[in-house]
Amino acid sequence: MDLNDWRALETVLAFVCFLAIVAWAYSSRAKKGFDEAAQIPFLDEPGERHNERGSNHG
Amino acid sequence: MEAQTTYNYKVVRQFAIMAVIWGIVGMAVGVLIASQLVWPQLNFTELGEWFHFGRLRPLHTNAVIFAFGGCALFATSYYVVQRTCHTSLFAPALATFTFWGWQVVILLAAITLPLGITTGKEYAELEWPIDILITLIWVAYAIVFFGTIAKRKTSHIYVANWFYGSFIIAVALLHIVNSGEMPVTLWKSYSLYAGAADAMVQWWYGHNAVGFYLTAAFLGMMYYFVPKQAGRPVYSYRLSVVHFWALIFTYMWAGPHHLHYTALPDWTQSLGMIFSLILLAPSWGGMINGIMTLSGVWYKLRDDPILKFLIVSLSFYGMSTFEGPMMSVKTVNALSHYTDWTVGHVHSGALGWVGMVSIGSLYYLIPRLYGKTEMWSKELVTLHFWIATIGIVLYIASMWISGVMQGLMWRATNADGTLTYAFIESVKASYPFWAIRALGGLLYVSGMVIMLYNVVKTIAGAQPVEERILPAPAAAH
Ligand code: HEM
Ligand code: HEM
Repeated sequence: MDLNDWRALETVLAFVCFLAIVAWAYSSRAKKGFDEAAQIPFLDEPGERHNERGSNHG
Repeated sequence: MEAQTTYNYKVVRQFAIMAVIWGIVGMAVGVLIASQLVWPQLNFTELGEWFHFGRLRPLHTNAVIFAFGGCALFATSYYVVQRTCHTSLFAPALATFTFWGWQVVILLAAITLPLGITTGKEYAELEWPIDILITLIWVAYAIVFFGTIAKRKTSHIYVANWFYGSFIIAVALLHIVNSGEMPVTLWKSYSLYAGAADAMVQWWYGHNAVGFYLTAAFLGMMYYFVPKQAGRPVYSYRLSVVHFWALIFTYMWAGPHHLHYTALPDWTQSLGMIFSLILLAPSWGGMINGIMTLSGVWYKLRDDPILKFLIVSLSFYGMSTFEGPMMSVKTVNALSHYTDWTVGHVHSGALGWVGMVSIGSLYYLIPRLYGKTEMWSKELVTLHFWIATIGIVLYIASMWISGVMQGLMWRATNADGTLTYAFIESVKASYPFWAIRALGGLLYVSGMVIMLYNVVKTIAGAQPVEERILPAPAAAH
């Protein structure tokens, strides 16, 4: 294989990697962590701790 | 050693205030160069060459991007990373160094560029000694930022920090590669690259400066301050993750659209065009995610000027990321390239997106750094919003018209193949639009002066706050 084949392969692998990230992001496994993370901006003020702000859309 | 119990706000305050001041300076230089195009006497040739358009134009771009934008990014990233990680800054002494170092870089730019000391590479004009200083500051910035993330008390790294982090890493990479240069004297160096490769390295840098500096970093701002000001979590966290990775995987490839119809190989130009078209999708995904965060609380937009700034900035982000892919289509670029259309596109991103999202975030941030929840005058914030909006509309509408007009005049030919117009005729036809642009810019910078007044009133007599770090909630696992 010459260098350009490796370059092509690298590009394909990057694309597969991206697809894997999208699949993971849309899996139900990721959902719970995302819901928690989405609340982070509201956990930094004393008054807001117990009445979390609405839910996001997934 | 006892763990620090309060956030480091001092460096945030310093950067936040300087963002407002450098904003006024950089935009005032913008108004000056805009006026020089209409009234050439303003080049002050009798005083020397220092105030010529060619010397002040890079001063404008450096001042608005690196001084105004940079200070706003340092301020907000240091604030956001501490609060979302429930911890104080790592290596606070290095954070102090980034502030003073960055101000020195800005002053050196303000001295060397009017003197004509430049590498000639757009957005990377500063000569090699300054490049080295920038590298040191950037390494310090990375240590502070990632060190803070490493000692976080939360299990998740909030998405805004991903965007800020990618900006820090990408800019380090871009700066080091594109600054590859051979010094010949203290103030002169030559690029390590030659010919078309040099051009490609430069626009790989230039475009990713747009992608990671003017886009990803300000999206970091968006993902914290829009939810905060709206009082709602981001519309879809999942979309924000896909948005992030799609931008990361795509932006690096789009640079060749700055080099259409040049000595760059044809296939490289087409590749750049295709990746630019793909970029529309993640860009709009991000815009929609930001705007839809308001779903259910749209009414807040009616009387909250800070939200107006933030949401209108997202609309301009959407506009410029629609316009950009369109301009990267080779046949469209054949018309737009070298014309004011490009300048209009730049400023719809710069004034509309970068400017407004920074201004909105600073209005949120500054009172909170001084123990208040609101600016001194909300009316003045509203006034600033409308003046800025009118200024942008005048700026970009005039550039669209003059840009398309220039492109059409330059390509017009007579039946015998000769050019219909001499170049100077297109210059003459552009004058009215350049005057309108100068007026739009004057309005925009007037808004910034109002902002400074409001900031001074807000912090006058107020005590800088030492806010206690709230322990992170127990992770709900
Ligand atoms: C009051 C506001 C402003 C005015 C009046 C203004 C005016 C100008 C003018 C006259 C030029 C030169 C155009 C030419 O060569 O034909 C320019 C270029 C530029 N400005 Fe501004 N500007 C303003 C604000 C900003 C801001 C806030 C940013 C960025 C955050 C910015 C970024 C740039 C960039 C990147 C260029 C280079 C464009 C290119 O090479 O295509 N400007 N500006
Ligand atoms: C999907 C996103 C975008 C794409 C595909 C894109 C594409 C383009 C294209 C095709 C050009 C003209 C190149 C030429 O003919 O010389 C351009 C110029 C430019 N764009 Fe964008 N753009 C995008 C978003 C943005 C945003 C959001 C900003 C700013 C905040 C921005 C800032 C600039 C600057 C500064 C230039 C002028 C570079 C120069 O010649 O000095 N772009 N862009």
